[in-house]
Amino acid sequence: MSILKNVGYWLGLPILLILIWYFATLGDVSTFVPRPLPLWEKFASVWLGENILTDVVPSLGRLVLGLATSIVLGIVLGVLIGSIRAARWLSEPLLEFLRAIPSTIMIPVLLLIIGMNDQMRITVIVLGCLWPVLLNTITGVRSIDEVLSNSAKVYGIRGWKRVWHLVLPGASPSIMAGVRQSLAVGLILMVVSEMFASANGIGTLITNFQNRVAVPEMWSGVLLLGIVGVLLSAILALIQKGVLKWYDGLKAASHGN
Amino acid sequence: MKDMTAPPPVTETQVIRVVKAMRRDRRAQWGPVVLGTAGVLAFLLVWQLYSQFGPISDEFLPYPAQVLSQFFANFAYASFWASVGATLWAWMLGLAISSIAGLVVGVLIGSSRFLRKATFTVLEFLRPIPSVALIPIAALAFGPQLGAELLVIVYGCFFVVLIQTLYGVADVDKVAYETTLTMGMTWLQRARYLVLPTLLPYFITGVRLSATIALILGISAELIIGTDGLGQSVAQAQLNGAPVAMYALIITAGVLGIVINLGARAAERKVLFWHESIRAEVPA
Repeated sequence: MSILKNVGYWLGLPILLILIWYFATLGDVSTFVPRPLPLWEKFASVWLGENILTDVVPSLGRLVLGLATSIVLGIVLGVLIGSIRAARWLSEPLLEFLRAIPSTIMIPVLLLIIGMNDQMRITVIVLGCLWPVLLNTITGVRSIDEVLSNSAKVYGIRGWKRVWHLVLPGASPSIMAGVRQSLAVGLILMVVSEMFASANGIGTLITNFQNRVAVPEMWSGVLLLGIVGVLLSAILALIQKGVLKWYDGLKAASHGN
Repeated sequence: MKDMTAPPPVTETQVIRVVKAMRRDRRAQWGPVVLGTAGVLAFLLVWQLYSQFGPISDEFLPYPAQVLSQFFANFAYASFWASVGATLWAWMLGLAISSIAGLVVGVLIGSSRFLRKATFTVLEFLRPIPSVALIPIAALAFGPQLGAELLVIVYGCFFVVLIQTLYGVADVDKVAYETTLTMGMTWLQRARYLVLPTLLPYFITGVRLSATIALILGISAELIIGTDGLGQSVAQAQLNGAPVAMYALIITAGVLGIVINLGARAAERKVLFWHESIRAEVPA
């Protein structure tokens, strides 16, 4: 019974909205308003054919590569900067400034410096996704429980062992928060960098549809990006559940008291 | 740590401790300023050396001195201020619309358990759609007008504020809520003395996050659609083959971003001066 109820909650409103949407667009509507049936047909014909290989996969590949680079770079630099006070002082104003630059505005510059290729598009993603991971790692490293940190010192745990057993796990809740922010930013940058200059990709295809004023096709691209976004955040939630198992347990235990 | 191995002086321990603490204080006071400046200068130096000797032609990567002087020279031009003004105007309007809409819808959905559960799927699907995907549609529907930019900004920021507001409403303490019922508080009193104080920190966080996102989205829209603003000026400079102007405008965008960041944080501190997350920052 409760399962049925939950399914009702999950699917009730979406189905209702789609029905309303269907009946509301039966008559004459503006060409910019999408209709459910044509939208679905376009979605199937545009994205489920060979475009998956020629456009969707390269786009996602660039996104994943850019994200992975920013996460590794952000954690390494973040642990370094977070553990050394002088490094923190040295880099703080600079990082504040670099982070504040809206990353899409760097696209014209990177076009000049790197040229119109995949390397440039991945650089754009890294330039945007690095900061959330980096800054959250610094915060996480700094906010490690003092008792734990001192205990580690007393037990003579230092160097790599300290980083692996104390610093990284201690900072992981904060790091994961940074990764989650990066994911949203990365998706934006993937699309924009392809709209600006690319031979293939989801963004390029959407821009092509724009030039041909093919509105339903454009909406199908929006639908695809929504699905990609949902899938990526679901994958991240799974990873987070594994990485932060101890943390969730700790929180649940402290709430139980 | 080195000090701990040395035998503690028997006399004048107090004095030495105080002096040391003062020295540490002074170091902590000046360290960030001195080293921070050094960091920025080092960055400029690396930039200079790289554009001078690096593999990239200095036509594409001009020297920092050129860029900085252009950055300051821009202040004299009315067209520069017009494009900064256009960016800020779209930013402000977009942020205001999405904050108010996010707050109202969030409180409506959040105060009913049924609505919260029923809207979950729809929100989880609509939220991750990157609002830049709407740029081409906005461009076709509105043309290079403010409306197109606003659509992109509002779609992106609305969900951030909405989700934060939902968290905030859900965080209302159950015991406190039942207490207000027992005390016979009216709906308005409950909203004012229980829901608002719980909700406000979450809502403000949402607005602060949105402030940054709105700037990114606004500039992206200007860059691609060509509505007036900094993004469009950068695209123009690129087309005109004027890298120095382009870099100067990017620095302007960075300064704008910093100002917005600091402003949002200051506003948060001011509105939430009573909240423990802010009070904890005050040294005891």
